[in-house]
Amino acid sequence: MNDSLILRTSAPLLLWLSIAVSVFVLLRGHNAPGGGFLGGLMGAGGVLLYAIARGRVAAIRFLRLPPVAYCGIGLLAALASGLPGLLGEAPYLTHLWAFPAGLPLGTTILFDLGVYLVVLGTITAMFLALVGD
Amino acid sequence: MTAQLLLVAPLLAPLLGAALTALLWRRPAVQRPISLAATVLLLGAAVGLLAHTASHGTLVGAMGAWPAPFGIVLVVDVFSAIMLVITGVMAVAVALYAMGPGAAERDRAGFHPLFQGLLLGVAGAFATGDLFNLYVWFEVMLIASFGLLVLDRTREQIDGGLRYVLLNLVGTTFFLLAVGLLLGLTGTLNMADLARLAPDVDNQGALAAAAMLLLVAFGAKAAVFPLFNWLPAAYHTASMPVAAIFAALLTKVGVYAIIRVFTLIFAHDAAFFGPILAVVAMATMVTGVFGAAAHYDVRRILSFHIISQIGYMLVGVALMTPLAIAGSILYVIHHIVVKANLFLIAGAIRQAGGSFALARLGGLWVTRPLLGLLFLVPALSLAGMPPLSGFWGKLAVVRASLEAQSWVLAAVALAVGVLTLFSMIKIWNEAFWKAAPAGPPPAPPTRSQRLATFTPIVALAAITVTIGLWTEPFLALSFQAADGLLDRQAYIAAVLGPEAAR
Amino acid sequence: MELVVAIGIGVLAGSGVWLLLRPRTFQVIIGLSLISYAVNLFIFGMGRLRTGVPPIIEPGTVGNIALHDDPLPQALVLTAIVIAFATTALFLVVLLAARGLTGTDHVDGRERDQT
Repeated sequence: MNDSLILRTSAPLLLWLSIAVSVFVLLRGHNAPGGGFLGGLMGAGGVLLYAIARGRVAAIRFLRLPPVAYCGIGLLAALASGLPGLLGEAPYLTHLWAFPAGLPLGTTILFDLGVYLVVLGTITAMFLALVGD
Repeated sequence: MTAQLLLVAPLLAPLLGAALTALLWRRPAVQRPISLAATVLLLGAAVGLLAHTASHGTLVGAMGAWPAPFGIVLVVDVFSAIMLVITGVMAVAVALYAMGPGAAERDRAGFHPLFQGLLLGVAGAFATGDLFNLYVWFEVMLIASFGLLVLDRTREQIDGGLRYVLLNLVGTTFFLLAVGLLLGLTGTLNMADLARLAPDVDNQGALAAAAMLLLVAFGAKAAVFPLFNWLPAAYHTASMPVAAIFAALLTKVGVYAIIRVFTLIFAHDAAFFGPILAVVAMATMVTGVFGAAAHYDVRRILSFHIISQIGYMLVGVALMTPLAIAGSILYVIHHIVVKANLFLIAGAIRQAGGSFALARLGGLWVTRPLLGLLFLVPALSLAGMPPLSGFWGKLAVVRASLEAQSWVLAAVALAVGVLTLFSMIKIWNEAFWKAAPAGPPPAPPTRSQRLATFTPIVALAAITVTIGLWTEPFLALSFQAADGLLDRQAYIAAVLGPEAAR
Repeated sequence: MELVVAIGIGVLAGSGVWLLLRPRTFQVIIGLSLISYAVNLFIFGMGRLRTGVPPIIEPGTVGNIALHDDPLPQALVLTAIVIAFATTALFLVVLLAARGLTGTDHVDGRERDQT
C-alpha cells in the first residue's frame, strides 16, 4: 500500500465527514431520496477509506466493536421496529406514527437505522477481509 | 395479535438468534446457548403454527398492513407448517450436535450467526406467499450456506463452495427471468394472485416458458437431474453439522418451491408439466442411486442418496393426485429426519474410526455396537424397509404411481429402493462388519461431547421409528396438507378474500 | 426503443455467458455481473417501456396512469441489484481466498497443463 502523507492526515477528517453525511442521508430518507441503505453504504465508504489510509487494525479500533456486531445491533433494531404494530392487532411490521409538536416520528426510522447498521456492518466486514494489512 | 405473532415467530426466532450471536461475535461460549434457545423457540413456534393451521385453516399476514396483491404476504398453510416444524426439529438436533467435537474452531469461524441466518432463509422461504420474496429468502439462504460451507477455509472446501455458489447464482438468474416473465404476463407476483390470473393469460406459451425457467431455478436448488453436480462436490467437504443441516433443509427448499409453484400457479396445465416432471423424477432417482453405488466415501454415498431421494418427492407433483402428493409430503418429512441423521452418524463414524473412506474403516460393530444399531435405523428406513418411516413413504408413492397407471414410475421407484439397500449394506459391511484395519484408534471424545453427538442421533432415530410404527397421524396430516395444496381456490380465498376465488 | 433494449439485453447476456465459460475466476465474476445486468434490464422492460414519466405520483395526478410509470419493476430491480451486489462481494472475498490458497486464478484451482 502506498503510504501517502496527505491521505493519512486527511483520513480521519474524511471519515467523520462521510459519517455525518451518511447520517443526514439516513434521516432524510423517508420522504426524499436516501435512507438506511444509502446511508450505510456512505458510512462504510468512510470506514473503508480510513482502513486503506491507516490499515485494517486502525479501522477496527475506530469501530470498537467487530463489524459483524453492527449487523447484530441493526438486525435487533429492525426486528424491534415491527413489534409495536403487533400490539394493536395489526400484522408484523405495521409501523406506528406519533406527531409530537408536528414532528412526524415513526417506528420506520428504527427500521431504517437497522438497515443502516446492517449495511455498514456487512460491507465493512467483507471489505476489511479484503484489505488485509 | 396472537395469531399474527405466531405467524412471524418462526422467522423472528432465528432472526433474533442471528442478531444476538452476531452481537456477541467474540464470545463463542455465549453464542452456543443462545443459538440452541433460538432453535427451540423456532420449533415451539412452528408446532404452535401447525396446530393453528390444522384446526383453523391457512394463516395469512400482510406485512406492514399492505393489503394482499400489493404488499408482501406471509401465507402458512398445513404444508408450510409441516415444513416449518421439521425445520425446527432439524435446527434443534444440529444445534445440539454442533456442540460436539470441533465446536470451538467452528464457533470462532462464525458458525452460529451463519446457522441462524440459514434457518431464517429456510423459514422465510417456507412461509412466504410472494414469488419475489421467495427469491429474497433464497438469497439469504445462499449467502448463509456459502459462509457455512467454507467455514474451515480449506482448499477443497473453497473449491466445492465456488461450484456451489456459481451454479446457484446461475439458477438465481433463471429465477429472476421467470419472475420478469410472470410480471410481464400478469402484472403481479403474489402467488395467490398469480394462481388466480394464470389460467386466463392469453400467451400460455410464455407462461409455460416461465414455468420451465422456475423448474430450472428450483431444480438447481433441489439438485434434480441434470443439475445435481454441485451437490456431491460441495457437501462432502463441509464439516458434519453443516452437511447435516444442508442435507436436511437446502435441497428440500427447492422441492418445496417446485411443489408449491406447480400445484398452485401452473396447476391448470398439469397435463403438460406432469410427464416432464415424471421424467425428471425418474432420471434423478436413477442417476443418484448409481452415483452412490460407485463411491466409497461415506459422505459421497450419502450425498448421492440425497439426489436419488429427491426424485421420490417429485412423484407427487408429477402425478397430482391426493395420494401422490400426500406420499411426497410424507416422504419429505421422513427423508429430512433420516438423511440428517445419517450425516450425523457419519460424523460419529469419523469420530470412532478416524476416517470417512470405507477402505480405512472397519470393526466398528465390535467397538461401537450402539452406533451400529443407530446406523441401521435410518439406513434401513432410507431403503424403505418396514416397519420404518421410509416404508410408508415409498408405499404411498409407489401405490399412487400404480393407481395413476404409471407403471414405469412405480418400477423405477422400487428398483431404486433395492439399489439404496445395496449401498446401505455396503456402508454396513465396510464400516461395521469387516475386520478393523491396523493402526491405533483415535482418541475417544469427552463425555459431554459424546452426549452432544448422541442425543440428536438417538432422538432422530426415535422419530424415524415413531413415524414407522405409528403412521396414522403423520399420514392424516400429509393428506390434509395435500388436500390444501390441491384446493387452490381455498388458498386464493384465504389470501385475497372470498370474492377473488371462483 | 424496445428493439434497442432487447438488443442491449441480448448483448449483455451473450457476453456474460461467454465470460462465464472462461477459465479465469475474474472473468467468471464479470460474466455473472453482466448476466445479472441483463436480467435486471429484462425485469425492468417487463414493466413496459415508456419515456418521460416518473414512477412517483405528483400532487394532482392521482389516478391518471398516463402521467406516471409503474414503480413495481423498478423496486424489484433495486432489490435484485442490492442482492447481486452482496453475493458478488461475498463471491469476490472467497475467490481471493482461493487465489491465496492455490496460487492461481484458474477456476479449477490449478493450471490445465500442470496436472
